[in-house]
Amino acid sequence: MYDLSPSLPPLPGVGYKPQHFAALMDDPAPVGWLEIHAENYMGDGGRPLAQLNALAERFPISVHGVGLSIGGAEPLDRDHLARLKTLVDRINPASFSEHLAWSTHDSHFLNDLLPLPYTAATLARVADHIALVQDTLGRQMLLENPSSYLAFAESDWSETDFLKELARRTGCGLLLDVNNVFVSATNLGYAPQGYIDAFPLDAVGEIHLGGHDEDEDDHGLPLLIDSHGRAVADPVWALLDITLDRTGARPLLIEWDTDVPDWPVLAEEARRAEAALSRVSAGVKA
Amino acid sequence: MTETAAVTAATRATVPQDAFRAALLDASHPIPSGLRDAQDRPAGRRYAVYRNNVAVSLREALATGFPAVAKLLGEENFNHVAGLYLRQNPPDSPVMMFYGASFPGFLETLPALSGLGYLGDVARLELAMREAYHAADAPALDPARLQGLEESALMAARFALAPATRIVTSPWPALSVWRYTLRPDQPKPAARAEDILVTRPEFDPEPHLLPDGGARFVLALQSGASFGTAIDAAGDGFDLPQMLGLLLKTGAITDLST
Repeated sequence: MYDLSPSLPPLPGVGYKPQHFAALMDDPAPVGWLEIHAENYMGDGGRPLAQLNALAERFPISVHGVGLSIGGAEPLDRDHLARLKTLVDRINPASFSEHLAWSTHDSHFLNDLLPLPYTAATLARVADHIALVQDTLGRQMLLENPSSYLAFAESDWSETDFLKELARRTGCGLLLDVNNVFVSATNLGYAPQGYIDAFPLDAVGEIHLGGHDEDEDDHGLPLLIDSHGRAVADPVWALLDITLDRTGARPLLIEWDTDVPDWPVLAEEARRAEAALSRVSAGVKA
Repeated sequence: MTETAAVTAATRATVPQDAFRAALLDASHPIPSGLRDAQDRPAGRRYAVYRNNVAVSLREALATGFPAVAKLLGEENFNHVAGLYLRQNPPDSPVMMFYGASFPGFLETLPALSGLGYLGDVARLELAMREAYHAADAPALDPARLQGLEESALMAARFALAPATRIVTSPWPALSVWRYTLRPDQPKPAARAEDILVTRPEFDPEPHLLPDGGARFVLALQSGASFGTAIDAAGDGFDLPQMLGLLLKTGAITDLST
């Protein structure tokens, strides 16, 4: 339906942070690709766009939106969609992805990825929004599974069926965030591996990994928070191995957005991701 | 989900985004009952994660955008003031680089801060710096283009200023306070009015103290007035060579039309 090239290589990538610019440009082979958050590159000029231009000459770029509010009850913000199209047209990224979440309501942007119930009505609305995004950008997008802290009583679709049906209806690909799976499974009391078993893995165009924080709910039960502020947890690496055994090598991103470490620490996480990809590429089972 | 649970779910109130949104920035607003944990109990602290994410991320955006204001107020006071602001003024766009445009004015409405009269203008300077950081690029005018121009042609010429150029006028020593707050080894601010020019020679915005009449001169040029008209607007005692040198040196003039 849409032109799928250029696409991300099945290598480790990292979320780009400006403080790592020199390290990335100086290192002959730091990572296979970079992700940028679309909304940080919607100014008119200056250093952010100059750095992005330089990076895009060197690395495949994945543009990751955090503000489209695809899961929103209201129509998509056409001005924002136009800004996104300007950015995508400008750098012709290897991929564009967004979230199964909402962030804007009544013209207020809340700067967080907020959850939605999974029902026939929300399915139809999200599918319409994805179709509009893909039509506007003229390319396939990837939709990312969320981190969940709570459930909606009204939901009558499982998240995996919901995502599978969205991919079927719209032709979008999926971005499987393995940390989000682990966080949601812990928070909502199901087995993370069961989620992977039920996930439409054929549609996975990219995998995300990030760190989470540990907290407790009102009843002393574990409540994991998708903070992206520390190294990826060991059980998430284990879940990644199980996932890669099914999907084969995929573009694999390390996200680290708060308390961002110096480059060597992030590079070490990328090397661990590379080892996981090498293992599956060599056909060694976890 | 079991059959019983499915029936319970079907009969329970749905949670429209209006309801989810209403409780986010208002802790006194009840959490919608259709939000549950895995044992079908009320969401409680689980919902509070979203409340916390929204408030903290917006507060941090303000602290990043207004570092001098944050330092002048101290962490506790700043967090309180930012919390008041973000609840009344959540962003109206997902492009967070421009969040807080009304923060300077908001600071001036708070009676508790009336003793810090300069605070609003320090915030205006920080906002101007941030706008300049993200403004469109524009190559500086080659000063050679001014040479050989007849005086009458120069006086009639119109100058294009770089999109990053900003003027902040203040009855307070806003620039001196900003420097004293954020930069090492700065003199204590003296009580005086300060007019400030923000330029961005390459990527880093820099504030400059303007001579008398300088703000009027630059604002006149920005509004499209001729060079001669802008000099008139600057008034008596205006140091034109100093002003023009500063604008040329910092790349603030990008073009001229005669």
